[in-house]
Amino acid sequence: MRTEIRIGGFGGQGVILAGIILGKAASIFDQKEAVQTQSYGPEARGGASKCEVVISDTEIDYPKFQSPDILIAMSNEALIKYIVDLKDNGTLIVDPGTTDIEDVREFIDEHDIKVYEAPATKTATDEIGLKIVANIVMVGAITKITEVISKEAAMKAIEDSVPKGTEEKNIKAFEAGYALVE
Amino acid sequence: MAQEFFIQGNEACAKGAIAAGCRFFAGYPITPSTEVAETLARELPKVGGSFVQMEDEIASAGAIIGGSWGGTKSMTATSGPGISLMQENIGYAFMSETPIVIVDVQRGSPSTAQPTMTSQSDMMQARWGSHGDYEPIALAPSSVQEFFDFTIKAFNLAEEFRVPVFVMADEIVGHMREKITVEDDIEIVPRKRPEKSDDYLPFENTENGTNPMPAFGDGFNIHVTGLTHDERGYPDTNNPETHQKLVQRICDKILNNKDKICSVKSQNCEDADMIIVSYGSPVRSVGEAVTKAREDGLKVGYIKIDTPWPFPDEQLLELASNAKDVLVVEMNLGQMYYEVDRVLGKGADVHLMGVIGGVMPTPDEIVEKIKEIGGN
Repeated sequence: MRTEIRIGGFGGQGVILAGIILGKAASIFDQKEAVQTQSYGPEARGGASKCEVVISDTEIDYPKFQSPDILIAMSNEALIKYIVDLKDNGTLIVDPGTTDIEDVREFIDEHDIKVYEAPATKTATDEIGLKIVANIVMVGAITKITEVISKEAAMKAIEDSVPKGTEEKNIKAFEAGYALVE
Repeated sequence: MAQEFFIQGNEACAKGAIAAGCRFFAGYPITPSTEVAETLARELPKVGGSFVQMEDEIASAGAIIGGSWGGTKSMTATSGPGISLMQENIGYAFMSETPIVIVDVQRGSPSTAQPTMTSQSDMMQARWGSHGDYEPIALAPSSVQEFFDFTIKAFNLAEEFRVPVFVMADEIVGHMREKITVEDDIEIVPRKRPEKSDDYLPFENTENGTNPMPAFGDGFNIHVTGLTHDERGYPDTNNPETHQKLVQRICDKILNNKDKICSVKSQNCEDADMIIVSYGSPVRSVGEAVTKAREDGLKVGYIKIDTPWPFPDEQLLELASNAKDVLVVEMNLGQMYYEVDRVLGKGADVHLMGVIGGVMPTPDEIVEKIKEIGGN
C-alpha cells in the first residue's frame, strides 16, 4: 500500500524535519520503503514551507505526490492552500492553535475528510516549555492517528535526527503528541 | 556490517565521494548542487582531505586538475551554468588525461533559468561541451542509492581510464531523501603509479591506451600540456602524426572498452511492441507507467541507461531489436533522443516525450503518450 503524506506550515516550524523523521522511521526502522521530497524555494522563517513523504510496503517508483492521503496543516495558509489536493475520505490533522478549520469546512464536508485536532504548539509550550518542539509533538500525533509508522520506529528516528543533547526533550514532546488523541 | 542512511541525494553523492577515496573538492556553490559542497566542506577535513571554495567554476575545474596531478582523487560539483564555465579546463583534462569527477545536478536551462527546478538539459554539454574530439564517460543516477553508487563508479572509471567522468544527476535525485545501504566491501580503483625507468614515456601510445600516472613530487620530470604532445609529453604541434596518434588513443581507450563501461537495465523488453528509453530520475515515472500500461494489456517495456556516455549502442540494439516503436522520455526538448534514433531508428519509429518546465513527467502522462503512439 502506498500512503502519501504532506506536512505544511511556516518556515521555521520544522515541518521538513518532521517529514524526514517519518521517512526515516518507515525506511530504516520499520523496513518499509519511503521517499521524502520538499518544495525547494527561498523559504525563510515565517514563509510557507511544505514537505512530502511517500511510504509504501513495496518499492516506490514515482517519488513525487499523486494524490495525498494525509495532510498535516500547521498553518492556516497551508491548510487553505493544500486541502484541495487531499483525496476523498482523506485524513486531515490540524493544529487548532495555528489554523481555523472553519475556513475549509465546506471542502471537509463535501469530500468526507476525517479531521483530527492536535494542539501541537500549545502542548509544546505548556508541557515541554519549548515552542520549537511543536513539530515533534505533531509527529507523535501523526504516529498515533495514522499508524503509518510504528511508535518504536518513530522514537528511534527522532533520537537519530534531533541535535545531540536534546533527545530527552524531543522524546517527551513525541509522547505528549502521541497522548493528544485517543 | 552494512550501514543504512535516510539522506538526500546530494549528501549520498558526497558520502560516495569519500568512500571512493576523494580527498580534494574545489567548487563554487550553485543550486541545486550546493549540499554536495556543504557536506564535503564538513566531512573532508575529518578524513584528512581538503575543501576549497573557489572564486568561480573555471578555477574550480583548474583546481581539481591540479589536485589530481598532485596525486589526490579530486572532484567538483555544479549545475548547468557552472558546467558551461568549466568547459575550457574540462577539455584540458581530456587532453592531459587527468582523472577528475564532475557532478552536475541539472536544473532548468539555458542560462540561469530555473535554479530550484529539475531538468536534464546538459546531456550534450557533457558530451560535446568542450571543443575537439574526445570521449567522455557520464553516469545518470535515478535514485539516492544510485547517486551514491555512481559517484563511486565515476571515481573508479576516472582512475581506470584517466579521464574526466561526469555524474549527470538532476534536482529531483539531488534533493529527495531515500534510504541507502552502504556495504562494507566497496570496490575502489586506486591510482596506478608508474615505475621509474630510463625509457619512461608518460603518454605512451600503448595498446590499451591508458598509462599509469605519476604525481607531482614523485620525481618524474614530465611535462603536462593541453597542446598536442608526443609520448614524452613535450609539445609537438605541427606534426599531423603526433596529433592523430594522441587524439585517436584518447578516444580509443574509451571506445575499445565500451563493454566494460556501458551499463543499461531493462524490464519487460522481451515481448514488447513498444520500448521506452530513459535515464536519470524520469526512469522512476517510466517504471510505474510501464507497470500501469501492462495492467491495461499493452506490451510495453523499458530500458534505463545508466551510462549515457559512451552511448550504449550495442545494448540498445540487443534489447530493442523487436520493438516497433521506441519512446524516449527525457527532461529536455530532445538530446539523447537523437542518439537513440541514430541507433534504433532503422528498425523502429523513435518518438520523443521531451518535458521541460522543471517538473518530472508523471506516470499517467507517460501512459497517455504510450496510448497516443499505440493508437497511430
